[in-house]
Amino acid sequence: METLTRNIQAIPLNHYILLCSIIFAIGVIGVLIRRNAIVIFMSVELMLNSVNLLLTAFSVYRGDATGQVFVFFIMALAAAEVAVGLAIIVMIYRNTNSIDINVLNRLKW
Amino acid sequence: MSTFYFIAFLSIFFSILVITAKNPVHSILYLVLTFFTFTIHYILMNAQFLAVVNFIVYMGAILVLFLYTLMLINLNKESEPRKSSMVKFAAVIGGGCFLVTIVAALKAFKVSQPVILNDPNLGLVKNLGKILFNEYLLPFEVSSILLLSAMVGAVLLATKDPKTT
Repeated sequence: METLTRNIQAIPLNHYILLCSIIFAIGVIGVLIRRNAIVIFMSVELMLNSVNLLLTAFSVYRGDATGQVFVFFIMALAAAEVAVGLAIIVMIYRNTNSIDINVLNRLKW
Repeated sequence: MSTFYFIAFLSIFFSILVITAKNPVHSILYLVLTFFTFTIHYILMNAQFLAVVNFIVYMGAILVLFLYTLMLINLNKESEPRKSSMVKFAAVIGGGCFLVTIVAALKAFKVSQPVILNDPNLGLVKNLGKILFNEYLLPFEVSSILLLSAMVGAVLLATKDPKTT
């Protein structure tokens, strides 16, 4: 197992950065092009996960386990965020019968 | 080595499908697949603790919560209006600008050292637990308070207000 992972991991760090920034950009585009509030939330999760992967890659690269502990905290934060966010979405749906974000333009300007 | 590129391709492919799928349920299922590829990335980096936590917390808990909420809300097909193509174009340009900036910054660095795991038990539970409960004990406890407050907040928000109804 160790020799397997050791052989696999001769990947340049730039490729990890490239992969994570592509996925982060996809998340940004997803937030901008969709109008369904739940799909927007999912794009936010995508962005959080790409940052998690990059933190782990840097942690392995530097040989420092602090980055992985930080990823653990980000996961706890994401769980809290999703719970509150979905509760807000359910409340919005109950009030307006829609989760289209264009209904919620009162805070726009 | 080619495993990484195959999995990376799958990650990008499924994450594009997440934001382009018309049906939100399909989009959540593609997100599950995306997170599964992320778990494989963690395993390739020998971050076993994070792989298991990603599998259980993200795929097991968070996405089931998404799916549950979506089925609770019971969206119709026609209740998802699409944005105009102008806005979509502007969004892709905006997201692409970020990507171009990062790629240009990467091009500026000529060198790129490979990611090599020197310490094989870096991401194991034993090592991470020692760090988590020695140096990061206070943030750990604070995050437990955060989870408690999020739970209370979610219950408070999702229950109906008895005064108004």
